Amino acid sequence: MSQYKWPYKNELGVQEHVQADVLVLGGGLAGCYAAIAAARKGKSVILVEKGATKRSGSAGTGFDHWESACTNPCSTVTPKEIAEAYIDEQDHYSNGIYQYITCREGWDRLVDMESFGGKIRDTEDEFKGAEFRDDETKLMFAYDYKSRYTLRVWGTTFKPALYNELKKLGVKIYDRTEATALLTSGEGKSKRGIGAIGMNVRTGRLIVFNAKATILTMSRPARVWLFNPDTVGLCEFRPTQSIGSGHAMGYRAGIEFTMMEKSVKGEFSAAGRSFPPYGAGNNHNTWYAASMVDARGVEIPYLDRDGNVLKSVSERYYPAKGQKFFLKGGVIDEAKYDYRGPETMPFDELMKRGYQLPFYADLSKMPEMERKVIWGMMVGQEGKTQVPIYQNYTERGFDPAKHILQSYGTGWQSAAFLEQERQLFGAPGGILEDWDLKTNIDGIYAAGDQLYASDCAGSACATGYYAGRKAADYTGTIDFGKIAEDDIMAEQNRLYHPLTVENGIDWRELNMGISKAMQNYCGGTKCKELLAEGLDLLESYETDVVPQIGCQNPHELMRTHEVMDILEVSKMILNACMMRESSSEPLHFIRTDYPEMDPESDRHFITIKQVDGKPVKGIVPHDYYGDVEKEYEKRNQDYIGGEL
Amino acid sequence: MTKIDKNAELYASPVTSSASPISYDSELCIGCNKCADACQVDVLVYSENKGEHPIVMYPGECYYCGACVMECPVKGAIKLRHPLMNQAKFIPVKK
Repeated sequence: MSQYKWPYKNELGVQEHVQADVLVLGGGLAGCYAAIAAARKGKSVILVEKGATKRSGSAGTGFDHWESACTNPCSTVTPKEIAEAYIDEQDHYSNGIYQYITCREGWDRLVDMESFGGKIRDTEDEFKGAEFRDDETKLMFAYDYKSRYTLRVWGTTFKPALYNELKKLGVKIYDRTEATALLTSGEGKSKRGIGAIGMNVRTGRLIVFNAKATILTMSRPARVWLFNPDTVGLCEFRPTQSIGSGHAMGYRAGIEFTMMEKSVKGEFSAAGRSFPPYGAGNNHNTWYAASMVDARGVEIPYLDRDGNVLKSVSERYYPAKGQKFFLKGGVIDEAKYDYRGPETMPFDELMKRGYQLPFYADLSKMPEMERKVIWGMMVGQEGKTQVPIYQNYTERGFDPAKHILQSYGTGWQSAAFLEQERQLFGAPGGILEDWDLKTNIDGIYAAGDQLYASDCAGSACATGYYAGRKAADYTGTIDFGKIAEDDIMAEQNRLYHPLTVENGIDWRELNMGISKAMQNYCGGTKCKELLAEGLDLLESYETDVVPQIGCQNPHELMRTHEVMDILEVSKMILNACMMRESSSEPLHFIRTDYPEMDPESDRHFITIKQVDGKPVKGIVPHDYYGDVEKEYEKRNQDYIGGEL
Repeated sequence: MTKIDKNAELYASPVTSSASPISYDSELCIGCNKCADACQVDVLVYSENKGEHPIVMYPGECYYCGACVMECPVKGAIKLRHPLMNQAKFIPVKK
């Protein structure tokens, strides 16, 4: 096999020490907005990103619709209405703080985005006169054309715009730098975050970041159950490198998490079980509300929430009579009656009526504006669609006015997963936060997908900015903490060890071992003995296998660190599953030894954190955040009054 | 303390994958490395020879986001393609 000299500098063993008021770990949407908020408040800010900020994160190459921008000038709903609808829809396993901030401040972040150079309006009048467009503001809406609280946006322009703004504000960006450990000082109640350690993934240089406040915006775990060593980058929905290192380092540092027992049957993995997101015929999310036909070309009916057939395409975009708004979006599958929007006839009913597989998305049957906005704007502006879907399919000859695109299987994801092939998806667990988006450790904040029950891009922007604001305020109350030399050396030894192992085990082998273990011991049905066996196996991987992993350059070292983090998170998940001694429908959680579904006594958040190396359980009531509007307004009078 | 040789030469060997996500047209590519700099997964590694296209060192890790193509200044110099299994089928509209 050919071997190449590593073209980047060897900086293994080199240490760089830097200081800033606010340290942001993760350069996706949430991290960029967090850094911008803190910099606007006059703080010195460092942003650490494992990839390259300009195009990194889940929305690196775009996103097409911004949910819950309830304060936009065309919206007919209030932030409180939509936030509370989500909380109710999610059976209170919901993040009220996150939801309300999204609904209340999302539009402000869109206005920011426009000022940075991102495109949020149809300024070229391409869709003039379309039903989903407000011709005065040139804003365009998705899903519910009456309530107009979800906007169609040109997300391919967003990350480069944010990147330029960061540079303009003087944020110091550390690209190609993986954050690996949080640094804390003190114990118990006086414990606080004082920075983090990172490693350059091309040169191996170690960077010690000393900060008054640290914000975690490092997405959520992945590759826990789903792994394919051949097409690693296709295993999950989010970017290859977004695998939950923020969760792992947070757990090691003593941060409290919740809902980590929740996982859902796989929805997206283009490494075999499904197709590239947005790349197969469907009628959800980006493709809502595409016309669908069966194998004979017969159109599949859309129904309103009462089962009445909708006659026109237009009716798919309006609430039912007497309904103020409906919910659709990334985490909404089939909403409760109160919030349910138009949907195609259920699959079983279609089969009874003689509809034949395969189904297809048939945009030729839609008005031109609706066709053009789905194929060309939404598919094109959504992340991972402009090149691999829109351009490639066009090159292959696909014309939405002349062709129909096939659906696979029976679900809208065009996927066929087994019960044990699971993912942290659909508002999964994460960090439990307070109204400052602060974790249980002073000086450490979190935003975006790292928070529990999180989901969309607009939320990442809104919560990121909010966390940046609160963290900046906190820095005025405190001095820099002193970093212990021993902590740095211990982390350096942990990080570099795989480079010293000759003929070691490849990181892929460990990832494969973990995901098979999680499928076997933490699949669709769980019980105490099974979970304990899984934990025992993973602990043996930790003690016996991790020291044997070897690699030859900083890139492979980064992938190795990632799998060590996947192992940490998997153990947290198993422990969290042991802690809930009942089954739960909203958590997709089945215990054969505790089959009772959602008993009253267990209707609360169960939290997990590590104390002295042991997992500790906590209980937090569902609505701990109180009345979302009142509690928000109590704490944000400065912002409401016009401060940045 | 872990022993690390700071002066040691580091190496990389391409890790093969059944998929070939990224390909270059050597005639068109100007070797500017903008694709490698945009790739958040860092699957592309600079060529030792200045002016040549980067090496697709870790094709299996590709996330198929398209950033490399979006950042390329020369149309057609770099191509991204999903593996065969992910190419959804389309047919003419049924009348």
